[in-house]
Amino acid sequence: MKILVAVKRVTDPDARIRLNADATGIDMTGVEYKVNPFCENAVEGALQLRDAAGGEVVVVSIGPEEVDTYIRTGLAMGGDRGIRVPLEDENLDSDVVARVLAALVAKEEPELVMLGKQAIDGDNNQVAQLLAGYLGWPQACFASEIALSDDQQSAEVTREVDGGLEVLNVGLPAVISADLRLNEPRYASLPGIMKAKRKTIDVYEAADLGVDTTVKVRVLKLESPPERAAGIKVDSVDDLLGKLRNEAKAL
Amino acid sequence: MTQKDPQFTEDHGIFRTAFRKYVENELAPHVDSWEKEKIFPREVFTDMGQRGYLGMRYPVELGGSGLDYWFTVVYAEELVRCGCAGVPMALMVQTDMATPVIEDLGTEEQKQEFLMPAITGEKVAALGVSEPNAGSDVAGIQTTARRDGDDYIINGAKTFITNGTRADFVTLLVRTGDQPGYGSISIFLFPTDTKGFSVSKKLEKIGNHSSDTAELVFEDCRVPARYLLGQENMGFYYLMRNFQGERLIGSVSAMAGSKLNMERTLEYCSDRKAFGRPVSKFQTSRHLFAEMATRIEAGQRLAYHAADLYDRKIEAVKEISMAKLYCGETSCWVADRCLQLHGGWGYMDEYQVSRAWRDSRLVTIGGGTSEVMREIISKCMGV
Ligand SMILES: Cc1cc2nc3c(=O)[nH]c(=O)nc-3n(C[C@H](O)[C@H](O)[C@H](O)COP(=O)(O)OP(=O)(O)OC[C@H]3O[C@@H](n4cnc5c(N)ncnc54)[C@H](O)[C@@H]3O)c2cc1C
Repeated sequence: MKILVAVKRVTDPDARIRLNADATGIDMTGVEYKVNPFCENAVEGALQLRDAAGGEVVVVSIGPEEVDTYIRTGLAMGGDRGIRVPLEDENLDSDVVARVLAALVAKEEPELVMLGKQAIDGDNNQVAQLLAGYLGWPQACFASEIALSDDQQSAEVTREVDGGLEVLNVGLPAVISADLRLNEPRYASLPGIMKAKRKTIDVYEAADLGVDTTVKVRVLKLESPPERAAGIKVDSVDDLLGKLRNEAKAL
Repeated sequence: MTQKDPQFTEDHGIFRTAFRKYVENELAPHVDSWEKEKIFPREVFTDMGQRGYLGMRYPVELGGSGLDYWFTVVYAEELVRCGCAGVPMALMVQTDMATPVIEDLGTEEQKQEFLMPAITGEKVAALGVSEPNAGSDVAGIQTTARRDGDDYIINGAKTFITNGTRADFVTLLVRTGDQPGYGSISIFLFPTDTKGFSVSKKLEKIGNHSSDTAELVFEDCRVPARYLLGQENMGFYYLMRNFQGERLIGSVSAMAGSKLNMERTLEYCSDRKAFGRPVSKFQTSRHLFAEMATRIEAGQRLAYHAADLYDRKIEAVKEISMAKLYCGETSCWVADRCLQLHGGWGYMDEYQVSRAWRDSRLVTIGGGTSEVMREIISKCMGV
């Protein structure tokens, strides 16, 4: 089975971030990138399915040359080869990403595409759904468990939804997005890192893939959330109830 | 430590990210209980071995990865994130203190019997140099190995031996002749299941609690001559060479630990208020942080310079001794100042700074004291 898995870099979630001068993005000085954690779950999920069913895992990322390191990390974890489509972050929205991935699917013809359920920078949670729409494939988002059928024609996917678990049976090819509970991503071993050096990362230009890269969403301005005001101390439970009822209007 | 140093390639970066995550998820959460138990599980060795973390510089044929020294630097720097110095020390004894001489000098047979299982983590290694009556004065050791037919008979005692309570073998320094001083010293690979061997005491320490430290006794221990490492009576020279790697990795680790300690202290002092403002905002504190950052940077750069020479196999005894001296003294000073900046909380177990303070005290002693480093440096200078 051939699986295409996409990874995205995000700003370090532990870093204290500030807006840039014209408030259109984040000031990246002193802030590092990390791989989006949900994407790591997607890679791990893809590797487990390949290890069970055989086949190939192709690790894909869209971005400048620096994202090669996240593809290479996927290869160090056990991915077979990589593809990068060079586009700058500011020229990306969920829809461009979905269109690029759809073009890669047309070229690579995988039986399964795996993605993280969302990226923890923009938290858009759209690419998997858009991609499935463009491809006309079934989708199973927020997967916490994936069981491949014996004939590899379908997958039973448990997904976490409000109020419980839903089990879907999707025919392949399909798009699955990974939740944190899907697995515990492995640590790249040293032999894995050494092997990854010899694996190829192909670079495909969006234009050559025939993708229209016009964005549909443009970020005009970002604002930091208001500073949280200091709390207050109340003298008694009655006092607390009074404030909750009359001032916070929470009761 | 910073990804921008040109010697760190993409592969070093991938390893750093993966290994940091490993240390933070698989080691750090257990360290509090390991410190209480005064040991950590053997599985840490086997688990790390399986992932290739214990044999980075050793050749691929022996189960290693054949990598450069900068991978070892990354390994030492990230290990400190487990939150104590004991576990890193035990692991570094395994990877960088007790085994490099085997790769250097060992026969094929010795490498298979000792080095390969140390790389997989199946065998725990210890380095047996210090004795109750000889530490700095290595040439003053009294443990003897006397030739008897095809065997040697070993008698004596070692002390302060890291991993000593559970080592499967000891890279052991002994006296093989009557010449006084360093002329008749040899190294043996000593399996601890040899009859006559015993762990006489597990030592209690002020810090590095999760690492076991033992006193070992050898009573008429008969080992075959094939366990002699390299040539007879050349052990002192071999050991001096081996010390270089031990001191270098200790220096790198000390600066990484100091840096982490300083960063955590800065976080604490930014939250902690006194006289209406964060402790970090007093000018005395700000200047202290500036001074700490400067000394740590200087120590790290000195260690990196020594590491660069070492990696390129250029003789670096002076530079490594300087790094060991400066990084050791700096880490004690930084740990002490960080504790001070925590006030009373720094004296409590709740904050890691108290452990860092206890642990740091070893760095100017273990692997050769600061005084011994000054001896070596002044000799190199010809004074
Ligand atoms: C936690 C821990 C773990 C250790 N692990 C190991 C291990 O795994 N294997 C191992 O072999 N050893 C180990 N050691 C031992 C360590 O290497 C020795 O403690 C160290 O080399 C100092 O020797 P000593 O303790 O005998 O001190 P001594 O040599 O007795 O020194 C006492 C004092 O005299 C000073 N001094 C000595 N000579 C001179 C001189 N020429 N000029 C000026 N001052 C001098 C010293 O600097 C020191 O301040 C460990 C020690 C500790 C504390």
